[in-house]
Amino acid sequence: MFIACTVEAVEALTIVLAVGATRSWRSAMIGVGVALVALAAVTAALGPALTTLPINVLRGVVGGLLLVFGLQWLRKAILRASGLKALHDEDAAFTQERELARRAGAVNAGLDGYSFLVSFKGTFLEGLEVVFIALTFGANQHDVPLAAAAALAAVLFVTAVGASLRAPLARVPENSLKFVVGVMLTSFGVFWGGEGVHANWPGGDSALLVIVPVVLLFALANVRLLRRAVATPSGSAERVRA
Amino acid sequence: MNSVMSVLRFLWDFVVGDDWRIAAAVAVTLVVMLILSNNGAAVWWLLPVVVLVMLSVSVWGVARSRLN
Repeated sequence: MFIACTVEAVEALTIVLAVGATRSWRSAMIGVGVALVALAAVTAALGPALTTLPINVLRGVVGGLLLVFGLQWLRKAILRASGLKALHDEDAAFTQERELARRAGAVNAGLDGYSFLVSFKGTFLEGLEVVFIALTFGANQHDVPLAAAAALAAVLFVTAVGASLRAPLARVPENSLKFVVGVMLTSFGVFWGGEGVHANWPGGDSALLVIVPVVLLFALANVRLLRRAVATPSGSAERVRA
Repeated sequence: MNSVMSVLRFLWDFVVGDDWRIAAAVAVTLVVMLILSNNGAAVWWLLPVVVLVMLSVSVWGVARSRLN
C-alpha cells in the first residue's frame, strides 16, 4: 500500500515541480490543494459505501477489479523490465514537463491557468490510482481509515523529500517498485477475487504466502525469457518503444 | 453525452488498460468459478491459472508484434 502510494506520489511530484519551478509555485500548489480535496471527497463518498456491501460481493467485485488493475501494472512492469517498453525516467519526465510549461505562453500574474490545471490533473490522476488501491485494500480488510492513513503517510513523505530537494526523485527505484506493486496487487486480487466467488483456498489466508511467490517467480521467469528473445539479433533492432 | 462518454472512456482506460482480453478473461473466470463453486466443485486453482496464462499471452503478444 505504502510502496504503491509512494510511486504515484513521486510521479505527481515531478509534474508539480516542473510546472511550479518554470511558471508559478502558487498556482501549482493551489492545483495540488484542489486535487487533494477532490480525492478526499471521492474517498469519503466511496469508502463507507463499499464497506456496507456483503463481504463476498465486496471481495468478488472489488477483488476482481483489483486483479485487473494489478495485472495492468504487472504487465507494464514486465514489458519495462524486459526492454520492450521504455523505463520510466523521472528526470526525462521532468525535462519534458518543464519544456511544455515554457512553451505554454505568458505566465498569468494572478492564478496561472496552465500551472493550476497541469498540477491539478497530475495530482488527481496519480492520486486516483492511490485512492483505488486504498479503497480496495481498506474495504476488503474493513479498515479504510488505516489504508487512507498509509496512503497519506506516503504522500507526506514524498512531499517532504521533494520539497527539501526541489528536484524530481529520480533516485527512487520506481520501475522496481512498480514491479513489486504489480505482483502484490495481482496476488491479493487473485486471493480476494477467488474468495468472493466462494473458492476455498487450501490453507485459508496462508494461501497468500504461496500465491505471492508464485506470481513473482512467474513474472520474473517471463522477464528472463523475454529479455533473451529481445537480445537475439532479429529482436534487438526495434525492441524499445515508449 | 460527450462528457459521459469521456468519463466512461477514462474509467475503461483506468481499470482495463491496454489489453481488454485480460479483463474479459478475469470476468468470465470469476463467473464460471461462482457457478462451479455453488455446485460444490473445488475450483480455487482456476483463477491463478487463467491469470498466469493471460499475463503470458499478453506480454508475449507485445513481444511478437515488436520483434517481427
